Amino acid sequence: MTEFFHMGGYALYVWGSLGMTFIVLLLNIVLPLSQHRDVLRKAAEFHEWEGRDEK
Amino acid sequence: MISILTRWFHRLASPVWFYRIAGKLLPWLWALFALLLVTGLYGGLVTAPADYQQGDSFRIIYVHVPAAWLSMFVYMVMAVSGAIALIWRIKLAEMVLVSCAPIGASFTFIALVTGALWGKPMWGAWWVWDARLTSELILLFLYLGVIGLYNAIEDKRMASRAVAILALVGIVNIPIIHYSVEWWNTLHQGATVTKFDKPSIHIDMLIPLLLMAGAFKVFFVISLLLRTRNELLERELPRQWVKQLVEENAND
Repeated sequence: MTEFFHMGGYALYVWGSLGMTFIVLLLNIVLPLSQHRDVLRKAAEFHEWEGRDEK
Repeated sequence: MISILTRWFHRLASPVWFYRIAGKLLPWLWALFALLLVTGLYGGLVTAPADYQQGDSFRIIYVHVPAAWLSMFVYMVMAVSGAIALIWRIKLAEMVLVSCAPIGASFTFIALVTGALWGKPMWGAWWVWDARLTSELILLFLYLGVIGLYNAIEDKRMASRAVAILALVGIVNIPIIHYSVEWWNTLHQGATVTKFDKPSIHIDMLIPLLLMAGAFKVFFVISLLLRTRNELLERELPRQWVKQLVEENAND
C-alpha cells in the first residue's frame, strides 16, 4: 500500500497531477450548479414581482 | 425538404425541450461518468504495469492525454456551434458555443499543468517552448479570448456572433497542435494511440486510457448541459416557460 502511494518515487508528480485535475473538474460542476441556483432565484423574483403587478 | 429539415432543426433547438431533456439525461450521465472513472483509475493506477522507461511517472498519462484530447474536441464542438449560430441564427447553438469555452479552457489548463508535472521528472524541465506546448498554450488563450470577448459585449446576440467568428478563425490551431510532434523536432513524444498502424502501447495500459478518455468526454457533456441550461434560463428569464418552471419548483 505504501508502495502504491509512493509511485516509484514520483508520488508528488503523479498525485499532484491527479489532485489538480480533480480540483479543476470539481469547479466545473460546483460553479455551474451555484449559478443555476442563482438564476432560478432571480427568475422566481422576477415572475413573482410580475405576477403581483398583474393583480 | 429543406424547410422540413430546418423546422425539425429549430424544434430540436427549442429551449423548453432542451431544458427538460437535459434534466432527464443528467442522472444517467453521472452514473456513466462514475463507472468509467472508477474503472479507468483502477486500471491506470493499479492494474497497469509501470513503464519500462518512465516507471510510475507515466501514470500521469491517464489525466494528461484525455485532457489534451478533450481540449481539442471541445474546441471543435465550440467552432461547429459557432458556424451553426452564424448560419442559422439558432440561439441554442450560441449558448452551446459560449458554454464550451470555460470547459475547454479547463481541459487545456489541466493538459498544460499535468504536462509540466510530467515534463519535470522526464525531461528535466517544467516547460519548453516547442511546437506542441506552444500551440496548446495558444489554445488556452483562444478559449480565454472567447470568454473575454463574450463578456465584453453587452448585447448577447451580437457577442455570440463575434465569439463565433473568433472560434472559427482559431480552428487553424487544431491541426497544428495535432501534427506539431511530426512537423517539428520536439521533446514531446509522438502519438502512441492515434496512429494509422497498430497503437504502440500495451493493451493493459491502453484500456484504462480509453476508459479515462470516455470519462472525460462524459464529464464534458455533463458540464456543458449544466452551463447551457444556465445560459438558457438567463437569456429567457422573462418567458412563459421559465415562469412555469419557477411555479413547478415552488410547488415541489
